[in-house]
Amino acid sequence: MATDTAPGSTSEGAAEATPPVRTPDRTPRPEGNALNFFSQGFLWLWALMVIIPVAWIVMSSFKTTREIASDPLGLPEAPHWANYVNAWTNGNIGGYFLNTVQVMVFSVTGTMLLGAMAAYVLARYEFPGNRVIYFGFAAGMMFPVFLALFPLFKTLQNVSLLNTYTGLVIVYIAYSLPFTVFFLTAFFRTLPTGVAEAAVVDGAGHYRLFFQVMLPMAKPGLIAITIFNIIGQWNQFLLPLVLLGRNPEDAMISQGLANLALRQGYEGDSGALFAGTVLAMIPIFIAYILFQRQIQAGLTAGAIK
Amino acid sequence: MKHGRYPFILSFLALPVGLYAWLVILPFAQAFQISLTDWSGSSNSFEYIGFDNYVNLFKDERLVLPALRHTGIILVVLPVVTIALGLFFAFMLNLGGRVRRGRIEGVRGARFHKVVYFFPQVLSVAIIGILWKQVYAPENFGGLITGALTAVGLPAPVNGFLADKRLVLAAVIAVLVWSAVGFYLVFFSSAMASIPRDLYEAAVIDGAGRVPMFFKITLPLLWDSVQTAWIYLSIVALDVFVLIYMMTPERGGPDAASEVVGGVIWKYAFNHGEQAFASALGVVLFFAALSLAVVSLRFGRRERIEF
Repeated sequence: MATDTAPGSTSEGAAEATPPVRTPDRTPRPEGNALNFFSQGFLWLWALMVIIPVAWIVMSSFKTTREIASDPLGLPEAPHWANYVNAWTNGNIGGYFLNTVQVMVFSVTGTMLLGAMAAYVLARYEFPGNRVIYFGFAAGMMFPVFLALFPLFKTLQNVSLLNTYTGLVIVYIAYSLPFTVFFLTAFFRTLPTGVAEAAVVDGAGHYRLFFQVMLPMAKPGLIAITIFNIIGQWNQFLLPLVLLGRNPEDAMISQGLANLALRQGYEGDSGALFAGTVLAMIPIFIAYILFQRQIQAGLTAGAIK
Repeated sequence: MKHGRYPFILSFLALPVGLYAWLVILPFAQAFQISLTDWSGSSNSFEYIGFDNYVNLFKDERLVLPALRHTGIILVVLPVVTIALGLFFAFMLNLGGRVRRGRIEGVRGARFHKVVYFFPQVLSVAIIGILWKQVYAPENFGGLITGALTAVGLPAPVNGFLADKRLVLAAVIAVLVWSAVGFYLVFFSSAMASIPRDLYEAAVIDGAGRVPMFFKITLPLLWDSVQTAWIYLSIVALDVFVLIYMMTPERGGPDAASEVVGGVIWKYAFNHGEQAFASALGVVLFFAALSLAVVSLRFGRRERIEF
């Protein structure tokens, strides 16, 4: 039966394996047909609700600002590329992009390294205080970030890390740790002990065991949670808004878009705003199409028990 | 292997635990402390005033009380609607197809639907805010819904959906649901895939329709996942603010009609310079989140069905 297939693959498998020619020996039951029609209808309705606003913004980004206001539903008369030029040069979308990548190279690497180290020790070593630290991390998933924003602002100010990328990187790491540690601890616990014991017999120390045996074995979990952290930190809004507020040109991508939206409010150049939004969407879209299986698995990682 | 065990443990934990304690635990603890003072946030002088801030919270009819009410509404509506839609779509994708040779099939194109539904989940709130602000915009600013309503001859709100006191909160919740459904579709879908197919096939032989199948087989076996989803969505609901910051007039307006707890904390902390008052509200939010998690874990627990 289908019980041994991997989660998530059952429906696709069934859908793709359906032969286009109807099998002559058995006519489908009418109940199935009506329901099939009904479910297809609903599913398409929601799919369109996702596709239409996104496609519409892409279309609008090629219109002049006047066209956007006067003829929202129509096609652009001629593609108005100037919007993209404006968004790139005046809107500085490219710059925000590089800023974000620059921060995330360090913050994601740091999160994964520190998270894996803590999770490994918590999962595999018994010592006094183990449970306390574990629950300390797990509880962090529930803290409303608003509560900490202002004390955090003061903390970074005191050590002169406010408005610096270094400050933002360590804050990103600290705030990504709860879920990372929580998830990876569960993952390290599921790994078989046999390989580790064999390595110990061969004379591997604690450090070699971790870096050369356990980390490679934990690769699927590490990939899933890396994707989770990349998306989470890429979309982070409040932390950079508070901790990186001084120089607008240093902004992260989300913040930069928000600034663009704010400026559009009084300059009225909605064409450039939409072009900027589309530019910010393109890399996410490409990454999503290429890695959608891994992304879905990574983001719903909490489902794995 | 006993050799060097504690130095190793210490060397691996020092940095992550230190960083976490310094930048997460300590600020939260400080927020609790600040909430008992009259600190404005800018000066260095403050005095402890006990629970006065907490008492005053519930007297603030301009911002705090509407915000509590709206966050309460989101807390109920967002999980209910998102989970219902997520379960419905996941069931349709996995078991909404024809019965062929005694086997139930998923609908055609299930893969495509999953990809499409999930997409909003990877978009940043900033992008979603810009997108939907324009979709909801008034007709003379080129709004999508208002334009479409007028095109087919139906009445549309003159100033758009977000400037209308009666519609703004519903409009925001709709966007929250829009962006969350895909995640829960995939989440429930992978949980459903681990339910043995023969249970459904036996039900087909017994002549059961899809509706009883859903309520008698799928839902009981997915109860754990539903509970997890509930906790996630409750936390999301309590943290709603960025979308409102991006979309609504006055970042919570018009006329405080979309004010939420997160937004009010923001306003008091960063616009009004009333740090202590903001922290008190944050502490209330914290305990709300905590008790929600405890309650749903306590009362949601059922006997686990092994399969």
